Amino acid sequence: MSKIVEGLYYAESHEYVKIEGEYGYVGITDYAQHELGNVVYVDMPDVDDEVEAGADFGAVESVKAASDLISPVSGTVVEINEALNDQPELVNADPYANWIIKVQLSDASEVEKLMDAAAYKAAIGE
Amino acid sequence: MENKRTCLYDKHVALGALISPFGGFDMPIQYSNIVEEHNAVREACGIFDVSHMGEVLVTGPESENFVNYIFTNDIAGAPDGKIFYGMMLHPTGGVVDDLLVYKMADKKFFLVINAGNIDKDVAWIMEQAQNFDVTVEHQSAYYGEVAVQGPNTEAIVERVLGIPCAEMVFYTCKEVEYNGETIIISRTGYTGEDGFELYGSHAFTNEVWDKLLASGEVTPCGLGCRDTLRFEVGLPLYGDELTDEITPLEAGLGMFVKLDKGDFIGREAIAAQKAEGLKRKIVGIELKDKAIPRHGYDVEVDGKVIGQVTTGYNSISTGKSVCMALIDAEYGKLGTEVAVRIRKRVFPGVVTKKRFYEKNYKK
Repeated sequence: MSKIVEGLYYAESHEYVKIEGEYGYVGITDYAQHELGNVVYVDMPDVDDEVEAGADFGAVESVKAASDLISPVSGTVVEINEALNDQPELVNADPYANWIIKVQLSDASEVEKLMDAAAYKAAIGE
Repeated sequence: MENKRTCLYDKHVALGALISPFGGFDMPIQYSNIVEEHNAVREACGIFDVSHMGEVLVTGPESENFVNYIFTNDIAGAPDGKIFYGMMLHPTGGVVDDLLVYKMADKKFFLVINAGNIDKDVAWIMEQAQNFDVTVEHQSAYYGEVAVQGPNTEAIVERVLGIPCAEMVFYTCKEVEYNGETIIISRTGYTGEDGFELYGSHAFTNEVWDKLLASGEVTPCGLGCRDTLRFEVGLPLYGDELTDEITPLEAGLGMFVKLDKGDFIGREAIAAQKAEGLKRKIVGIELKDKAIPRHGYDVEVDGKVIGQVTTGYNSISTGKSVCMALIDAEYGKLGTEVAVRIRKRVFPGVVTKKRFYEKNYKK
């Protein structure tokens, strides 16, 4: 059973965004980290890079595959989770505490196109 | 076309394995976790279903000459029970397949070929056999095969299966009577660890699988870690490091091509390539970062593409991101600075040996 956190917004490609004011913290869901297996590298953008909803901004690499990261929101990267450079396995340990990028949102209404916790739970069949 | 299934397929499903297509079969990629399965083989004992591999038996008065004509290694006069690694080549020097040849007895050779090449290989062998007094029997449908690998394997095979194997040396085989059938055991593998491979009927294969798992000392291992294990010790995989277009010299496997043994298919092309020098070769590359260079990614020097990655991983045993790559030979010297393009970025690395982890064979 995957962990799903109330109050977050979820994308079909298994990223979440946690909204705090004008910022969004983007990471991958517990379901996604479980499907990927041992994460060995997180390819993150640079601070000040622009991200666009629906476009890839990096990748999560497990032993067997690289999986693109698709941004659920548009905006500017204001922070990346530097801890993941040395400890990518944190994404497996707690994907919700270990977000990947912090985005200054350019369009706060975009989250309305995403799923809430209940809808995401249904989407992954749990 | 529907994929084939091995005689252990239902057991993989019952164990909850992730199943994916490989070589025309639906095969288990992992049961629990690639890293745990990989480490089980390096540290203890793991079992792989490799029943997808193909088996061909060559017998008859001219069988030795025939096998030596289609195979790059030299089997002439080999003692019974000796095993050889080598390739079958096209006249161009490209590789039809890499395989093991087991000398079972006088004029009796057992060839083990790759699953994905079975149809191609059998057709090739049959075609070449027309000019020789030999009998070629395709036996893949009969044989199941398991590979039991890791430092504890010898003791477990002797104790749990009751098959004596401690005295066997590396790359030898023997036939053993087991429950009224003749099975083949060889001290071989594809992991860089000591271990054995067992060939027999589907019933035998199922019994071995069940007994070894029931012992609690053997971890079921999928093809995922089979690939990470063979890669770390620099063993090639047909389709990655060897293809119809890559020669054994380019793949760094010249020691398995005996140019002085007499005529064999592909000999002329390899001799010519050796005389001319290689234009491209497979090397190891170690990246400074942990991004993973994967099959098909470009290798660059100063923005110029000099080749492609054949296999790459973040090595489970060493933690380093490493790959094998087929590149222009002029950049192949150890220590040469190269880069691998991974998605949008270029990651610096250096040319190394393609053995990223030392083998632990029992000689």
